[in-house]
Amino acid sequence: MQRLLSGDYPRSRVLGIVLVLILAGLALAPFVFPGTRSLNVAAKICVFILLVASYDLLLGYTGIVSFAHTMFFGLGAYGIGIAATRLGPTWSGLAVGSLAALALSALLSLAIGLLSLRVKTIFFAMITLAVASFFAILASQLSWLTGGEDGLTYKLPELLLPGTKLLEAPLLGVVISGRIVSYYIVFAGALCLFLALLRVVNSPFGRVLQAIRENDFRAEAIGYRSVVYRSAANCLSALAATAAGILYAVWLRYVGPDTTLSLDIMIDILLMVVIGGMGTLYGAVIGATLFVIAQNYLQDLMKLASDAAAGIPLLPSLVHPDRWLLWLGILFVLSVYHFPAGIVGRLRGNK
Amino acid sequence: MSDDALRVPGIDKIPLALIPAIALVALPLIPSLPTWVTLTVAGLAMGMMIFIMASGLTLVFGLMDVMNFAHGAFITIGAFVATSVLIPLAGWTQADSLWLNLGAIIPAILAAMAVAGALGLVFERVIIMPVYGQHLKQILITMGGLIVAEQSIHVIWGPDIIPLPKPATLRGSFIFGDIAIEKYRVVAVIVGLAVFAAMFLLLNRTRIGLLIRAGVEDSEMVESLGYRIRRVFVGVFVAGSALAGLGGVMWALYQETVSSAMGMQVMILIFIVIIIGGLGSVGGCFIGALLVGLVANYVGFLAPKIALGSNILLMVLILLWRPQGLYPVAKR
Repeated sequence: MQRLLSGDYPRSRVLGIVLVLILAGLALAPFVFPGTRSLNVAAKICVFILLVASYDLLLGYTGIVSFAHTMFFGLGAYGIGIAATRLGPTWSGLAVGSLAALALSALLSLAIGLLSLRVKTIFFAMITLAVASFFAILASQLSWLTGGEDGLTYKLPELLLPGTKLLEAPLLGVVISGRIVSYYIVFAGALCLFLALLRVVNSPFGRVLQAIRENDFRAEAIGYRSVVYRSAANCLSALAATAAGILYAVWLRYVGPDTTLSLDIMIDILLMVVIGGMGTLYGAVIGATLFVIAQNYLQDLMKLASDAAAGIPLLPSLVHPDRWLLWLGILFVLSVYHFPAGIVGRLRGNK
Repeated sequence: MSDDALRVPGIDKIPLALIPAIALVALPLIPSLPTWVTLTVAGLAMGMMIFIMASGLTLVFGLMDVMNFAHGAFITIGAFVATSVLIPLAGWTQADSLWLNLGAIIPAILAAMAVAGALGLVFERVIIMPVYGQHLKQILITMGGLIVAEQSIHVIWGPDIIPLPKPATLRGSFIFGDIAIEKYRVVAVIVGLAVFAAMFLLLNRTRIGLLIRAGVEDSEMVESLGYRIRRVFVGVFVAGSALAGLGGVMWALYQETVSSAMGMQVMILIFIVIIIGGLGSVGGCFIGALLVGLVANYVGFLAPKIALGSNILLMVLILLWRPQGLYPVAKR
């Protein structure tokens, strides 16, 4: 256990229980919450936990604000999408697509990092925002390669298709189809990479990153080249985001600009990191789980509230199902002010 | 200080020369002279509108080291407020009389600027004041403000894109022989030049302008001389927000639609412009905006698919030449 979590325990009983519940819920999702919609939600939670954790490596641990995280996420997804359309639904095709996406991400993140990480936080944020929006437009323009605005729908290897039945008889009342296999690939991939990220942030390397976040001048004076460390963190985080994109593409069997590259997703990631808690990877777990569940189920709840409030002026439009982001935005602003360590920091009783 | 950010024209002429240089480079590439003139005017008009929106943001950054990622919200809100004024006055805007058109447009612009400015004041007090000096929190908090503002627009005006036709007298073009120039673009260039001239005079010829310039240079020194730089800053913030509102109205009339996402779309251009100009420099912002406008129109004509890419490329090239932007501000 010590080795698995890299010595970084939840340090709060409630947090520990919640994390175990989330893990158990995700591990048993196909059996405990049957149905297409809930399985979709569970897979999305897995992917976003990884994506948000990798973003936290940048934002929470290194103190860099990047808006290009969705670009790397999209690179991974498009890597699978393009490989599956061009090379056919084979395992080797998927491997080629993934490797190409990972290599491209590494190169691109190094280039961005070396060009602009020397400068201030704000400058980096602005540059990444411009580059990421350029990429989103590129993906929708190069329609011969990426399918344009419509995106790509593709086939995956036989084993992962919903029509494939692995067992004759249903197990615990659930048909073990290719969909379940896909889900467990996503789950296992996200879990392994999350633990790897946990290992990274608790290593000496992670400590240096935190030192740079707190006082980069001093870290430099002690003898750590902050540009090198920042670039490495940027690169690692980009690779993890690409991996998350690959898993997401395997799950969705579709890629498009709106599902992976849009600025809205970037804002979602920011919300998840900050509400969950910056500077702790467990915050990513809590943030992503809460957010994705809210995204999918809060609207139903708000619809009830909105119907109940019908007749009162303004109130129905404030609790209209499409306005859920308004409330999360307010929660976001409040949490940046009042609990910068987010829900996890709150649970740990931050001093 | 040789690097004075605001005493721009007359000091470093090379960036100034870039604008005619780009226009001349484009001349042989574009098949006919009338097209070139049309594109150049379009580029200048676009640049002027971007400048109006971006100038407040860059000045706020120069003065107080605050980058407001929610600046786009003021643009959007300005456009929506103007729409609310213009739609009931549709009879006036569609009438073929300059005076009736102005009677509708001027109150709309004033309302947009007033609301955007007032919101700027609230925003500065409530959202930004607690996070001075903390860059990371500033970015996060202003992004949060942007989300809340965008969603509030949905609550008030609904999520749909609203069509906003130009006033009757501003439609159509001036025709000189083969050359057709849209009237609205000429108006945009005139308004942009007027804003730039007013800002230039204010910054260079008045006492308050002197304080602002001194604040950009060294705000602690100005404070220790007994001036309340904070008050100056709030004023600049409100003025910048009001200008964003004005820019929003002009941009919306130019596009003839209003949507809640428009602010964020323009923000990307604005960021590119500010980076090109040098963070905090108003003169650099002006030149950067014109460059971006021209390049976007020329490339949009020659190779429409890479229009936005061309702006990124322009930014990268300029940063390779001058890593701090065209007119670096001394203290950063």
